[in-house]
Amino acid sequence: MSDLAKLRELSNSVCIVGVDESDEIGTLPGKSQLSLHVEAITNAVRDAGLKVSEVDGIFTAGQHSPATIGEAIGVVPRYVDGTTVGGCSFIIMVGHAVLALHHGLCDVAVVSHGESGRSGVGVSPRRDTALPGQFEFPYGFGGAPTYFGLITTRHMHEHGTTLEQWAQVAVSTRKWAALNPKARNRDPLTVKDVLDSRPVVWPFNILNICLVTDAGGAVVLTRADRAKDCAKRPVYVRGAGEGSEHVMLTQMRDLTFSEATRRSGEKAFAMAGVKATDFNHIMLYDAFTSGPPLMLEALGLAKRGEGVHFFAEGRSTPGGKLPINTNGGGLSYTHSGMYGIFPIIEATRQLRGECGARQVPNTKLSLVNGMGGMLSAAGTLVLANDR
Amino acid sequence: MDLERPLPTPITPECRPYWEGARDGRLMIPKCRACGKPFMYPRVACPFCASRDIGWVQATGRGKLFSFEIAHQILNKAFKVKTPVVLAMIELEEGPRILTNLVGIAPDPKQIRCDMPVEVCFEKLTDQVSLPMFRPVGGGAR
Ligand SMILES: [Zn+2]
Repeated sequence: MSDLAKLRELSNSVCIVGVDESDEIGTLPGKSQLSLHVEAITNAVRDAGLKVSEVDGIFTAGQHSPATIGEAIGVVPRYVDGTTVGGCSFIIMVGHAVLALHHGLCDVAVVSHGESGRSGVGVSPRRDTALPGQFEFPYGFGGAPTYFGLITTRHMHEHGTTLEQWAQVAVSTRKWAALNPKARNRDPLTVKDVLDSRPVVWPFNILNICLVTDAGGAVVLTRADRAKDCAKRPVYVRGAGEGSEHVMLTQMRDLTFSEATRRSGEKAFAMAGVKATDFNHIMLYDAFTSGPPLMLEALGLAKRGEGVHFFAEGRSTPGGKLPINTNGGGLSYTHSGMYGIFPIIEATRQLRGECGARQVPNTKLSLVNGMGGMLSAAGTLVLANDR
Repeated sequence: MDLERPLPTPITPECRPYWEGARDGRLMIPKCRACGKPFMYPRVACPFCASRDIGWVQATGRGKLFSFEIAHQILNKAFKVKTPVVLAMIELEEGPRILTNLVGIAPDPKQIRCDMPVEVCFEKLTDQVSLPMFRPVGGGAR
């Protein structure tokens, strides 16, 4: 059997059957991040019409191991996965869960995220600072904006992209947030507002940078045969792909083009048997306004330097031809730190038709792509509401 | 004495020649003896060919400003240099890229250009530690 045939066999074999956030998202000084995990899992399992005791596969990234999460919800898992390659880890784990479920290593998988990113309740110290501590921190680097800014400046140099064009990404995303009752920032936003906001790290002002919140989210998956008996319309994982290129930004081979993103998309599209242009709904990890355009370029939806046009021409906004980040994104809805679970939740809700005022009509095929670190790792999913 | 910057910490054994060179005012970089390619950051195996035969060479200290940004706030409390500060990625003449500060020029995006030629200079933090920094070639004493 060819590699492609093996991949194609996995396509549509597993469904997302439950999704939800923690009870609340936002500023939650009264909740530990472990509690955010547990709330999200119990909510998502209920959404699926299943019982927590039926969960036997646990997938999580961040500070808590899958063993900790299993213990916290009172199950003894048959399968655990703690791959932690940044905020896209949860997107990557959907692919890992497809494999484990397909091969019968578990029957009900939960991918879980909880992070007290704003309030810092029940969090552990940062790890893995040996190289940044030597080569980056003495110069003032530290915190994601001080790295993504370098990618963004170089993109402006190579492609002539502008501060106004990045600002348009924030404006487009805010239009969606206005339609999402769970979004943190819902007031109208203009390009001028973004350009006039407080400078943080040029080329970024504060409104070019994602929120910092406390939030949990979880996604429940099971095999397609069993998914039919769950509470909601199943969402098929038609394709999944991952990539991991670098950690230190100096090691990124091409500073304005994410090889990890390209590879993750190529694999996911091949497994799904789709083209980059087939989607009618897109979720991209927007930690910074320049992120989504660069992801569109690496995924092959836009030529290099032209990803910004999707946002400038109103294609991405409510009523547009290609809605992007319909939950309001990390820029305006929520961003706890490792945001990757939330685009999966939103894509699932859109494919089920549950999104009320922000529902994209006739959503059939949704693209989810996220980055880990600074375009360092990436996960791509192709999700569909039929097979 | 209060330092304006966090010291490079921890200086790991495989990186020691880099920091000893900087202390003596020389930019030392590792170079693979098997494939001949210089690289950064220092490792015990070559990232291009995985050879374990690694030597050190003194870089010219010249390169170009590959990218930059202007920090108006710094999250790290141990970093007390007055902002705005220019954070930079340099591509050395030899090929490897490093992160640093660009000094000797106003922190103004209208004056700073990607690909402008730069050269190394060193800022002494302690008797044991100096930091490689970069400034525009032919301009700006500091
Ligand atoms: Zn080599």
